[in-house]
Amino acid sequence: MTVETAAAPPILRIDHVTKRFGGLVAVDDVTFDVKKGEIFALIGPNGAGKTTLFNGITGIFPPTNGRIVFQGREITGAKPHQVAAFGIARTFQNIRLFEYMSSLDNVRLGQHCRMHAKLWDSLFKTPVEHREEKRVTDRAMELLQFVGIERYTHVYARNLPYGSQRRLEIARALATNPALLLLDEPAAGFTPQEKVELMGLVHKIVDQGITVFLIEHDMKVVMGVSRRIVVLDHGEKIAEGTPEQVRRDQRVIEAYLGTQH
Amino acid sequence: MRRLGSRLGSILESDPRKNPNAVVFLLLALGAIAFPIGVQIVTRGSGSFLISQAADAGVYVLLAIGLNVVVGFAGLLDLGYAAFFAIGAYTYAFVASDHMEFTPIHQAIHIPFWIALLVGMFAAATAGAILGAPTLRLRGDYLAIVTLGFGEIVPRLFRNAATWTSGVNGISALDTPALPIWINGPWSGDAFAVVQNFKIIDPLAYYVIMAILVAISVVLVNNLRRSRMGRAWMAVREDEVAAAAMGVNTVGVKLLAFGIGAAFSGFAGTFYGAKLSLVSPENFGFTVSITILIMVVLGGMGNIPGVIVGALLIYYVIFNILPGLPQQAADFANSIGATGLNTPSGDWPGLSGEVQRLKFLIFGLILVLTMLLRPQGLLPSRQRAEELQKGVHEDTVIEDLNAETT
Repeated sequence: MTVETAAAPPILRIDHVTKRFGGLVAVDDVTFDVKKGEIFALIGPNGAGKTTLFNGITGIFPPTNGRIVFQGREITGAKPHQVAAFGIARTFQNIRLFEYMSSLDNVRLGQHCRMHAKLWDSLFKTPVEHREEKRVTDRAMELLQFVGIERYTHVYARNLPYGSQRRLEIARALATNPALLLLDEPAAGFTPQEKVELMGLVHKIVDQGITVFLIEHDMKVVMGVSRRIVVLDHGEKIAEGTPEQVRRDQRVIEAYLGTQH
Repeated sequence: MRRLGSRLGSILESDPRKNPNAVVFLLLALGAIAFPIGVQIVTRGSGSFLISQAADAGVYVLLAIGLNVVVGFAGLLDLGYAAFFAIGAYTYAFVASDHMEFTPIHQAIHIPFWIALLVGMFAAATAGAILGAPTLRLRGDYLAIVTLGFGEIVPRLFRNAATWTSGVNGISALDTPALPIWINGPWSGDAFAVVQNFKIIDPLAYYVIMAILVAISVVLVNNLRRSRMGRAWMAVREDEVAAAAMGVNTVGVKLLAFGIGAAFSGFAGTFYGAKLSLVSPENFGFTVSITILIMVVLGGMGNIPGVIVGALLIYYVIFNILPGLPQQAADFANSIGATGLNTPSGDWPGLSGEVQRLKFLIFGLILVLTMLLRPQGLLPSRQRAEELQKGVHEDTVIEDLNAETT
């Protein structure tokens, strides 16, 4: 069951990736491509191995077997900070902001790997560092505005309302200047209204030329936002295709609703 | 609406951009200038001892500022910080005394103090990097144990490698720091003259040098805190996984914090060795590491003026209040007519003797009380203060603001 998408080259290739934790196979020989410029979704029931796959891509828990290729470069086993520098940013399912840093500092931190000030510059506040800090601050303000939480610029991240924390996490990820953005259940805990707003934000991000790869639980969100979907169940890929194809797929229905006897 | 206004006000007040430290820095700077003048006036010109002691306190201030980078900024618990202090001091002893003549090298080395400061700093930072590179992959408690071990090993090494360090006797007669050129004048009680190779012996000179070194350190560390590196340290301290995912090389930035901390310690050690003109393995034990840690924690982890105040206070308590306590207790007993307390009899060593025994119990009580009354430290950083408030005051303020504005 393959989908013919236009000749867009793959930005990310998951090639026979397996992740074992001891005897448990969390991700089992999964293969798929994410194409440049699309909104790609990974869905599946709880414990299907979605987040594990994200952790594999971002180098937090490297895969046991298989290859991950990003923009033609193999990144299997790269360290998380290297993956970020290559151009893959992510958010976390259970928000992981720097709680006691202001929103502004969270986003400025996101630009860490794009900054060039050396220790020397920082120690002596050289013009290089001054200019860079100014640039980084301006960019951070821009991003806070982009995700719509500029009024919390100087508020500690932990003091933000829940929805704004999710948005701040996206802003922080965007600050790393990624080519590919991984969103791990970005709409979790959102009201329907907030979900609609979030989808708007995701479209805005794609319009900037950033490929979005998201994990989502809520079928409605996924169907509304992405053109191509991969479904995982018990670590295996059970379906891949357009929302319509996936919705009608027998194995997907079984995975979500249980087997009919 | 007025409710909203006042809540907005309280948010603005807690704006992390505002810096209450400016006032403390100003007071500290004025205090540093006023101190020697005040001491000379109060003691009618015989305050050299106090000024010399203040210069020694400055060594601890430097140490506390350095450890604050490691513990306060990067959140790494270093229990062997005195090891780098020892390395700095011994480096000075090696490169600025006749001692090397009595080692297998048979050739005395005399490097000027100012260059030796950098050499000591570099030697300690290198040791920090060598220790840190393999161990900073460990988390939290493990690092504390490794540094604890390192802190025990280094003084022992200096004691046992007697061929090179003359063991327990330590190394004495280290070079006196000198300025290549100096102008004598009424301030030193001489006629105007330009002198070369001016030896720094006067406690006031040490005090002034120390004050300048501390001021420079404060500016540099403060710059670091507000730079990309400072943010990375804070992020690593809060959530290493998230920091790494955002592109921060966590091992690298931790190593840098560790190295900078060690460099400060080495720097302070060089100054200490030069002023005392003596190094001995006994001066760098575990108690020194712990004392510096106490200074940082009690002053307010992560906040530079906080740790300076903490260092000065603890130094004052340990080196002024506690040693004087037995005599004061005895005097007090005499003044209220309880002279019997002061006569030793049987197991009773006399009041002053007893207080002497209990000195560190009293010190401990002071520490326990301070931490109970002010767990965040005397002058905490805003982050630390907030972290300790967590769960006590759940912030409803901003949720409400949101409710009314969206």
